[in-house]
Amino acid sequence: MRFVALAFSILLGSLAHAVDSGQAFEDPAQQERYERLIRDLRCLVCQNESIADSNATLAADLRREVRELIVAGRSDEEIRTFMTERYGDFVLYRPPLKPRTWLLWSAPVLLLLGGLGVVGMVIARRARAARADPAALEEEPESR
Amino acid sequence: MKTQLRFLVPAIAFTALVGFFVVGLRQDPSEIHSPLLGKPAPEFSLESLGNSGWKVGSADFAGRPWLLNVWATWCVGCREEHEALIAIAREQRVPIMGLNWRDDRALALRWLAQLGNPYVSVAYDPEGRTAIDWGVYGAPETFLIGADGVVLKKHIGPLTREIWERDFLPLLPPSGGEG
Repeated sequence: MRFVALAFSILLGSLAHAVDSGQAFEDPAQQERYERLIRDLRCLVCQNESIADSNATLAADLRREVRELIVAGRSDEEIRTFMTERYGDFVLYRPPLKPRTWLLWSAPVLLLLGGLGVVGMVIARRARAARADPAALEEEPESR
Repeated sequence: MKTQLRFLVPAIAFTALVGFFVVGLRQDPSEIHSPLLGKPAPEFSLESLGNSGWKVGSADFAGRPWLLNVWATWCVGCREEHEALIAIAREQRVPIMGLNWRDDRALALRWLAQLGNPYVSVAYDPEGRTAIDWGVYGAPETFLIGADGVVLKKHIGPLTREIWERDFLPLLPPSGGEG
């Protein structure tokens, strides 16, 4: 048990070890913005990592850019625009809502509605079948 | 009719899904469409690789098409495309500027001395700032910039004769006859 706890603490300790070697901001609000921004930006080299998590040189360079833009007083929106002007929407983990991404954003809702529709149809059909011929349902083992 | 619909709807949905997969799987996820295409090339002025007192930049070829090739000595693909670049340079259809990305000056100069130099000039970008302005995320990358300063084409990965002739040459104005 103690061993498991130790193993966990080592594991968590290594997770907490930051990739980012840059200096922390003096202003905690800026630090918070910085951390949020770099978590939402994709590393283009290792595409399933954010630039906060990636060790790639490009990720370090992009973190430096974000840091400098924050220091220069740019807003979050301006920093995101800076990135998308160079690397496209792909650099954002949350793609913006626009005609090209409508299908992407609406897919979960559409799929849910589709599933509900199918369920509704099945229920309605069973109800109708039960009303028309109550004996028919008794053949199914799970029906009451 | 009812039964037909019951099979038809899933069949259509399935076909649509397969269609998405066919399109999606054929695309290379590592090739990110550049938002720079059709836009004015980002300006830069950097130290020349060979002469730190000399500035080279995007204004050098104003009024005519040029190529920007992003390379580094640590980049395997750059070694691979080097011969193709030299052959393209020899044709003299467009001047090639190199952007030496996050590299060591001495190593980069040795590379050019040993393998030959296809570049008219090489901009030295050890901190990768200009590379970020150009949306570079992996070397080699090659951009074609038109005479009006607009980015016409971006190729990611090693350039080959075939790619050059297929994707780049048609975008260039007909050669001036000196052939």
